[in-house]
Amino acid sequence: MYQHKRLSSGNFNIIQKFKNFDYLLLVCILLLGFISLATMYSTDGGKVLFHTKSHFTKLIIFSIMMLIISFINIKYWFHIGYISYLSVIGLLIWTYLFGITSSGSQRWIDLYFINLQPSELMKIFIILCLAKYFHRMKIENVNSIYTILTSLIIILLPMGLVIVQPDLGTSLLIAISGIAVLWFAGINHKYFIYTVLGFVISLPFIIAFLKPYQKLRVLTFLNPDKDPLGAGYQIIQSKIAVGSGGIFGKGFLKGTQSYLEFLPEKHTDFIFTLFSEEFGFLGSVILLIIYAIIIYRIVAVGAGSRSYFAKIFCYSFGAAIFVFITINMSMVLGLLPIVGSPLPIMSYGGSSMLATMIGFGIVMSAKVHSQQLIA
Amino acid sequence: MINSSSDNVRKLNSINRRMFITGSLKFCIMIGIVSRLFFLQVKENKKYLTLSDKNRIREWKLAPVRGEFHDYFGNVIAGNFEAYQLHVIPEQVEDFRYVIYRLKDLLELSEKEFRKVLKKKNEIKPWETLIVSDNLSWQKFSKINNHLYDLNGVKPVISISRKYPFSENFTHLIGYVSQANQNDIENTEAIKKNFVPGLKVGKVGLEKSFEEKLIGSNDIERYEVNAYGRRISQLEFQKGKKGKTLRLTIDTEIQKLTNELLKDKAGSICVMDIYSGEIIAMNSSPSFDPNLFVFGISNDDWQLIRNNPMKPLVNKTLQGNYSPGSTIKPIVALSALENGIINTKFTVKCTGKTEMYGQTYHCWKKKGHGFVSLRNAMKQSCDTYFYEIARRLGVDKLSETAKKFGLGEKVFGDLFNIEKKGLVPNTQWKKNALGQGWLLGETMITGIGQGYIQTTPIQLCLMTAHIANGGYKIYPKILADEELKVIPEDKFTPLHQNSKNMRIIQDAMFGSTNEVMGTSYRSRIDNPKYQFAGKTGTSQVKKITAQERELDLKTFEIPYEQRDHALYIAFGPYKSPRYALSIIIEHGGNGSTMAAPMAKKLFKLIIDRHKIRQSINDKKYLEI
Repeated sequence: MYQHKRLSSGNFNIIQKFKNFDYLLLVCILLLGFISLATMYSTDGGKVLFHTKSHFTKLIIFSIMMLIISFINIKYWFHIGYISYLSVIGLLIWTYLFGITSSGSQRWIDLYFINLQPSELMKIFIILCLAKYFHRMKIENVNSIYTILTSLIIILLPMGLVIVQPDLGTSLLIAISGIAVLWFAGINHKYFIYTVLGFVISLPFIIAFLKPYQKLRVLTFLNPDKDPLGAGYQIIQSKIAVGSGGIFGKGFLKGTQSYLEFLPEKHTDFIFTLFSEEFGFLGSVILLIIYAIIIYRIVAVGAGSRSYFAKIFCYSFGAAIFVFITINMSMVLGLLPIVGSPLPIMSYGGSSMLATMIGFGIVMSAKVHSQQLIA
Repeated sequence: MINSSSDNVRKLNSINRRMFITGSLKFCIMIGIVSRLFFLQVKENKKYLTLSDKNRIREWKLAPVRGEFHDYFGNVIAGNFEAYQLHVIPEQVEDFRYVIYRLKDLLELSEKEFRKVLKKKNEIKPWETLIVSDNLSWQKFSKINNHLYDLNGVKPVISISRKYPFSENFTHLIGYVSQANQNDIENTEAIKKNFVPGLKVGKVGLEKSFEEKLIGSNDIERYEVNAYGRRISQLEFQKGKKGKTLRLTIDTEIQKLTNELLKDKAGSICVMDIYSGEIIAMNSSPSFDPNLFVFGISNDDWQLIRNNPMKPLVNKTLQGNYSPGSTIKPIVALSALENGIINTKFTVKCTGKTEMYGQTYHCWKKKGHGFVSLRNAMKQSCDTYFYEIARRLGVDKLSETAKKFGLGEKVFGDLFNIEKKGLVPNTQWKKNALGQGWLLGETMITGIGQGYIQTTPIQLCLMTAHIANGGYKIYPKILADEELKVIPEDKFTPLHQNSKNMRIIQDAMFGSTNEVMGTSYRSRIDNPKYQFAGKTGTSQVKKITAQERELDLKTFEIPYEQRDHALYIAFGPYKSPRYALSIIIEHGGNGSTMAAPMAKKLFKLIIDRHKIRQSINDKKYLEI
């Protein structure tokens, strides 16, 4: 059995690839894409307008791209691990120098057909890079000072470049992606505990260094009713929208909170609010289940991969996606302060979708080439 | 190889262990999010649903339609008429600056008004209505309509507003409406409940007294609005109720005549039905046009009214406290008869003056009237006679009768908050109010209606009505259709002890008007259909000095403020009395020359109108 598989793994043909393909994951992703499209249609007030059209185009293009990625052997993705990371670092530097400024932060670069946000890409490529870094490392070297320092630099470099944009939220998400890899790579759990402890202890100092608007967000989170029309407006309106949805929701295109423009940022960060208002508790749970299946499949693909690289990538990517989803939902449900973090696939935004789709593509590639060994 | 594979196994073990931990964590967090969703959407659903409705549904109240005032015959005396207004919705105007300057030219707005409009524009949202002008003349309104092609977004609107078609005729009775202020809102529950910006409420007069009946209730529009307050769709329209239309007992024709008679004079006329107490006419002069107040009075107009020395803002009928002068004499005589102090044969010799404790009390006729009986004393208004009977009667008994007949207390009770009580003095009153003992001399001058005694014109009218109807208690009323909830128990109870005495007084008043030597003989009407009986009065504004008495100046030779008030009370037709009236002309000089001739004109009209009034009543009964 083992032999047979090993033999067949050498000469992949296209039929084999189709056979190995993870259809459940694909169906779930497409389903999610369809839901996100419907939701986008609702944010446009029940008309096919700019957001819907743009989201649809991106969804089609990036899905095709995802499929192409999934048929490219996983070892190529292993090979470009460092280069892709460095390219994105390059893009971040480019952004820092020549980026487009919008609403006070310089996050985008103009690629004519798309405004690319490299920090979003970094969420994936940092995983790719670190996965490659830890792939061949001996277990006893994992906890060496040298390794830890190197990986910290790999994480802190893009973080720093994103913080100066300024974009604290995304830089934290990049850090989480990186830390996920470190966690699965087997860095001593003491370090994580120390980091968390250190973070908690230094929290007051961090808050002291926060920009006034960031401080306000934290305070607003702690007490949104303090300034219901100002800083607390978003979170209050979001909670009202979700809460008023009830069990079955107000119905598709009937979400009054979003339709009447009480919801801010309904296309992007608060898209789940709109969905939840229109489809209620039931719809939200179904959406969560779809996400859960996707994450489960990602983890399962990781578990079924022979290569350590694929395993660590899938696990970390699964964890990262999970954290992105959790942070976004906790934010709109009033469990966390408002940080700019999109809901993967659902939120409007090309770069975020591109990054997520690349991630899915690599995971699928890992599935298709699950028997591929990487030297 | 073994090394590397055992290393691989260790690595796999580690990653799988950690994956297990991560997976468990993910599961817990997922449960956490689902429970949060459950909490918000299922458990707290009601609360958030209410909040969401509060967000999206907004109510607009519209000004209620105010009830009207009709006269006895159903003529509208305060109604809702079309008002021409000009609305602009800034959002729908392409070039607001151009349009607003164009409007400024067309409407000939003053710089001040123009700035007011601009200020208002800045206070509202662009999709809200800006009222550029709330009361346009027809000329300007049609001018705007002719230029509409040029004025995008400008809307000529025909709205309704309060109008008083008889302008100054009813001002003091009905009052006027104007924009509600903070005070109105706080003090009147009905206004508070129905308040909308721009709501017009009664400020004085019956408009204020009957506010709660007139105001009606708001139309309510419920709209779905978006986060910026823009109306998206109408959800509901709740029709309000129009305020109650009130029919008054007033006869507009007679009211108009009183207005004519009082023209350029300061004074008051009231006419009353002596049996039902219905007010037929009630006027105070000078008056002003209440329409000026509806859309806010201009400062110039306001100053003109305020600074008029004849005090147009004072409702003299209710607020004017006057010494009744000789018009009190019927009551003095009646009181003396009732108390058995005198009888018809009692005579007094009038020499033109009488002395008491060194003080001289003059009769208006310097030469004196000689021996006068009661009838003659009333007829010629002999002061000496009344000094004497007042002295014998005493002020306490006199005040008792006067109060019974309606003096010294508010005629309309709480209906008008401005009404004055007047003053009927007695010894007790003086002790309490001034802390002094009553003097006999004061009794004597009270007997001719001077001194402390103060009456309002409406009180004198009621007093006359009581005398005319034979001395039975009546309650004046102003609403034609108002069925009194509680008919006062003492309605139509006799105010007199002996109806013979009433007859004597009525007869004496008849003499005063219809017989030679009577003070108002020149104003008599011989036709028995119109024949009336009355009593003149001339009330001094200041004490006449001995020097002035010597000079014996004519009225026009005295400065206006020092001239006597002219009074007249009367009832008619004498054969079967039905109406009573009182007339007061401030600084009019002499009651017999100034006030009594007005009564003549009034009675002609009043009695002619009686049949028409009666036919309305008959019709009412027929319909039932």
